[in-house]
Amino acid sequence: MMASLSRLRLASPEGVGLLLLAAYAAYGLFWLGSIDERDRLFFYEVTLSGLLAGVMYSLVALGFVLIFKSSGIFNFSQGVMALFAGLFLTGFMNDFGVPAFLAIPLTVAVMVAVAFAVERFVLRHLVNQEPIILFMATIGLAFVLEGVGDILWGSDVKPLDVGLPRGASDFLLDGYGLYVEKLEIAAAAVAAVLVVALSLFSQYTRIGRALRAVADDHQAALSVGISLRTIWVIVWSIAGAVALVAGIMWGSKSGVQFSLALIALKALPVLILGGFTSIPGAILGGLIIGVGEKWAEIYLGEVMNALFGLNASWFTAIENWFAYVLALAFLLVRPQGLFGEKIIERV
Amino acid sequence: MNMDAQLAAHLSGGRQAGGTLLEVKNITLRFGGVEALKNISFDIREGEIRAIIGPNGAGKSSMLNVISGFYHPQEGEVWFRGEKRRPMRPHQIARQGLARTFQNIALFKGMSTLDNIMTGRLTMMRRNMLWQALWKGPAEAEEIAHREAVERIIDFLEIQHIRKKPVGALPYGLQKRVELGRALAAEPKLLLLDEPMAGMNVEEKEDMSRFILDVNDEFGTTIALIEHDMGVVMDLSDRVVVLDYGRKIGDGAPAEVRANPEVIDAYLGVAHE
Ligand SMILES: Nc1ncnc2c1ncn2[C@@H]1O[C@H](COP(=O)(O)OP(=O)(O)OP(=O)(O)O)[C@@H](O)[C@H]1O
Ligand SMILES: [Mg+2]
Repeated sequence: MMASLSRLRLASPEGVGLLLLAAYAAYGLFWLGSIDERDRLFFYEVTLSGLLAGVMYSLVALGFVLIFKSSGIFNFSQGVMALFAGLFLTGFMNDFGVPAFLAIPLTVAVMVAVAFAVERFVLRHLVNQEPIILFMATIGLAFVLEGVGDILWGSDVKPLDVGLPRGASDFLLDGYGLYVEKLEIAAAAVAAVLVVALSLFSQYTRIGRALRAVADDHQAALSVGISLRTIWVIVWSIAGAVALVAGIMWGSKSGVQFSLALIALKALPVLILGGFTSIPGAILGGLIIGVGEKWAEIYLGEVMNALFGLNASWFTAIENWFAYVLALAFLLVRPQGLFGEKIIERV
Repeated sequence: MNMDAQLAAHLSGGRQAGGTLLEVKNITLRFGGVEALKNISFDIREGEIRAIIGPNGAGKSSMLNVISGFYHPQEGEVWFRGEKRRPMRPHQIARQGLARTFQNIALFKGMSTLDNIMTGRLTMMRRNMLWQALWKGPAEAEEIAHREAVERIIDFLEIQHIRKKPVGALPYGLQKRVELGRALAAEPKLLLLDEPMAGMNVEEKEDMSRFILDVNDEFGTTIALIEHDMGVVMDLSDRVVVLDYGRKIGDGAPAEVRANPEVIDAYLGVAHE
């Protein structure tokens, strides 16, 4: 860390970026000190709700990173997998009256079956193909999953209640005057547990080690006796389970609906920010985008108006496109993302 | 079988046990129109060092890839330990006791030397290390046994100083050594080395030659290796197969092969029509 800091030259794009960031943070602190108590509280609320929305993006990005790391496949269908899992879960619960504690493992089983099917009918036939072909295959997969979900469960919005806490957190409301949804706190806790569990799994289990080996070099992994097919099924199963968690969180908040697949597209800027191969990157990227877009939505119009006399109404609904602009800017400065490995063209 | 057991087996038996360990019969391998291997047959005996030589593009690596299951020949059979091998994928062959290194080094670049060599034992591990964190017991004993085996390999290859270093940043010669270590960690019956000394200076070559001889001598491991340096081949190998343009043009003891006019032609670059 120190070595990499000392090697960082201020004249480089990264150096300029860091300087800008430092200036921005200093300005932010100064501003925070200058506003009155009520505005400050409001700022905290905005920030928290941004952070918690970011956790949702992170969950989708996480599943994506798992697959990308181990197979180099850019899985376009990760968001749709969250929808698909959500549809099955609500289907089991609402249509068949299965209780949540049974419906969740049932849905996990469905996602494992999806993983087997993907390996058997897609990946196996496309080994050694160009990444772009695999990417196209996952686009196809997204349509298939969406279609199957629609045929089986219909396209209406389905309420989901697996028993997660609802309403505002009394503790934060009474103690600090902050309004925060309990559900969002639960989502953050679940995401944290998931990340810790995944990193323990990959560090300390035999399969986890094999997974890291496959992520690093396919040929070498084969030569020490690791089956790529088995690993792919495992990875897609884990990604399916992570998708289910994301589906539960999103679904509990606003019902399971097809727009979920669209929201999941925000995972792309998250990945550009965090780096495609880094689990901490996926989490941090999600948080930055979540907070950034909330801040932009609330404050950017005002700021732009004050600074450049721009019409503040131009910046309403910036929440919808802020993430993409940020990702674009990031691509110019640090294309490998915050934590990604340097992108080297393989020859 | 652990390394001590192998050592004991060696002391009581020695390396000239001599039965056939692996045999390839009439292997033909095509890539589109190119015939990389044309009707190749030869055997590898238990305990020997078998060299495969030939000019660039002769089909040496292709042969190794067929034996290790990375390439699937259109024709021919591979017999391993007296049985005809059914078509298998590379990881299955690896689990049968066949380890290899690659011409272009295939290491886990993000991992340390220690972790790379440890992956060589991955398929031998039975218990999850997660168990160890929760309940000390059998898993710990197993992990310790694997670690000891890996440490012995590290000592043997004289790479203690780079144990914790990520291998991606190591010089080429050391990477080759780590790759050999990973293959050894699997305690293979047959070890395939694709140009283990390519790109090395004289001193590094001498070290590597010594390691290969010691592996063969001390552990009784059967080795097939591809090598360009004729001096090294003469020093190391018991028998030599010579390939040229996918054909086998020589097979026998080093001195015998060196005297073979066709081999001399191939090496002196006599025009092929
Ligand atoms: N995966 C592949 N696809 C297509 N052609 C291949 C492939 N692998 C090898 N070949 C061809 O097969 C022939 C033999 O190649 P091979 O790599 O086995 O030679 P080699 O004897 O190992 O040569 P070198 O000494 O340069 O390593 C060459 O013509 C090569 O182009
Ligand atoms: Mg070769």
